[in-house]
Amino acid sequence: MKEVRYIRAITEALNEEMARDESVFVIGEDVAYPGGSFSATRGLLEEFGERRVKDTPISEAAIVGLALGAATQGLRPVVEIMFMDFLTVCMDQIVNQVAKTRYMFGGQYQVPLVIRTPCGGGLNAGPQHSQCLESWFAHVPGLKVVMPATPYDVKGLLKASIRDDNPVLFVENKALYGLKGEIPEEDYLVPIGKADVKKPGKDVTVVATSRMVHQSLEAARTLFEEGIEVEVIDLRTISPLDKETIFQSVEKTSRLVVAHEAVKTFGVGAEIAAMVAEEMIDCLDAPILRVGAPFTPVPFNLERFYLPNAEDVVRAVKKALAY
Amino acid sequence: MKKETLLQMHYMMLKIRRVEERILEIFAQGKIPGFIHVSIGQEAVPVGVCSALRPDDYLSNTHRGHGQALAKGADLKRFMAEIYGRKDGYCQGKAGSMHIACNDLGVIGSNGVVGGGIPISLGTAFASVYKGNDRVTVCFFGDGATNEGTFHESLNLAALWNLPVVFCCENNGWAEFTPQKVHTKLENLSIRAESYGMPGVTVDGNDVLIVKEEAEKLIARARKGEGPSLLECKTHRWFGHFAGDAQKYRSAQEIEEVKSFDPILKFQKLLLEKKHLNPKDIEETEAKIKSEIDEAVAFAEKSPIPGIEGLLENVYT
Repeated sequence: MKEVRYIRAITEALNEEMARDESVFVIGEDVAYPGGSFSATRGLLEEFGERRVKDTPISEAAIVGLALGAATQGLRPVVEIMFMDFLTVCMDQIVNQVAKTRYMFGGQYQVPLVIRTPCGGGLNAGPQHSQCLESWFAHVPGLKVVMPATPYDVKGLLKASIRDDNPVLFVENKALYGLKGEIPEEDYLVPIGKADVKKPGKDVTVVATSRMVHQSLEAARTLFEEGIEVEVIDLRTISPLDKETIFQSVEKTSRLVVAHEAVKTFGVGAEIAAMVAEEMIDCLDAPILRVGAPFTPVPFNLERFYLPNAEDVVRAVKKALAY
Repeated sequence: MKKETLLQMHYMMLKIRRVEERILEIFAQGKIPGFIHVSIGQEAVPVGVCSALRPDDYLSNTHRGHGQALAKGADLKRFMAEIYGRKDGYCQGKAGSMHIACNDLGVIGSNGVVGGGIPISLGTAFASVYKGNDRVTVCFFGDGATNEGTFHESLNLAALWNLPVVFCCENNGWAEFTPQKVHTKLENLSIRAESYGMPGVTVDGNDVLIVKEEAEKLIARARKGEGPSLLECKTHRWFGHFAGDAQKYRSAQEIEEVKSFDPILKFQKLLLEKKHLNPKDIEETEAKIKSEIDEAVAFAEKSPIPGIEGLLENVYT
């Protein structure tokens, strides 16, 4: 094992997959010579050259469309969109084109395409550089949506995404880029569509995504001192959703909290809550509770009031137990 | 030009016309679900351009793309079955008139979003460069699409990277229900090409030989690695935006007038003058096309309607 930061785990995954498969190429704004806005693609140009590491104009729709066309011809593009907020300017290409191509054309094409993009607040980047919009894309059949929280998962899932024959929206978290964690020296993959029990517990299940996994683990440590054993599930993939892992845990705990950084209203938490309510309401001993951001744009200098944190998770867990 | 080539072009234009006329008839009988957009009056553009393409070249088509797919060689039976929404259609009945793609012919998919296919055409062109082959991509779109942001983004990037694409604007003067003078200040849209650093040409899109001649030059240029270009072919849409459109936004006089530009009659007249055709040949061609269409319609009507078993298929691999 070795210790790496989340951002370098991404670079390693890109490096290894490009070395392994000549059809993989990287494309996006500032990804080649500048090495990426957050340095995820650092060193790739030097290693693989201009043919496979492409700086583009600020033209997100053209970038995604180009990647789609190339993917239908057997190439495996990895697109970087600088901020998740900017997916809005290539929404048609992602939702109407990329997601539909395989289905609409009767399976004539595979679309092995990855779109990497960072979400999340914590950098005071303001309302147009901080959003978590994963639920929009999870709502679109044909897209896989992956959202890793640790260096181990980000590397293994990115490699799995690049090898997948379907379009994958790969949602990184810019507040986690500096996070350190252990990863194996050797090649490994993390399967898409599998959640991970990050901490076992018997009292309350907390299903969390991205940065909220770490906030939930912190909450679990606090609660442990009070004798409460929280099971923290890191969803890792939003779509397709790993129902099995969630259901197994809720069967054991009978209490469920869902925690994500995105706005709580109409979010991924709503889907999970509805699914559990539909299929296993008899198992539940308390209402399903959600932790998420308030229904406002991400405010520049009021982020500390906006971002959900460990205390919010602690409160929700206690509320679930007190019912 | 060889006589065979000329006759093939004549046959294809006539075939597209008769196929679309038949589609309108069948649609009016309620046998075809969904939306239909016909390109009657515009046949010289796809036929002229596609006669300059190789079978392994790529083509990105539009919602008004029946002629584009047929001119690239689409099999009429599978094509008609798709229009009918049947299992033997190119896309197993999941695409319909608006979304036909034929992977084996490089027809990468007609698009229901105006301008939506322009960025995708960059990708097939990029794949040619990446793989080191000389397959060219032709990207069709209408005059309306030139006002989409994708047009600007794509032409800039294609020029910058010298991609082997010919952007072909099939300018029929109408962006859905809005005439060109209401949507664009310019008269010739090809002059936009210069601002991206690529050549742009406007031609009479009702003259199949002129379209072919210009397309050949631009395709050859792209194939040699000399980069993209914009070919504007001015033509006329005889019918409404969609089948059933009463065209209240258009004068009866204009609807009649545009028929005087009939690209098929124009070409036919030339072929008759040059003695490549005689009236009996035309009758024979018409009869051949009619029997092909009859056969394709029968094939489509016999093809199974997709059942629920395919509903969830191909969301993912």
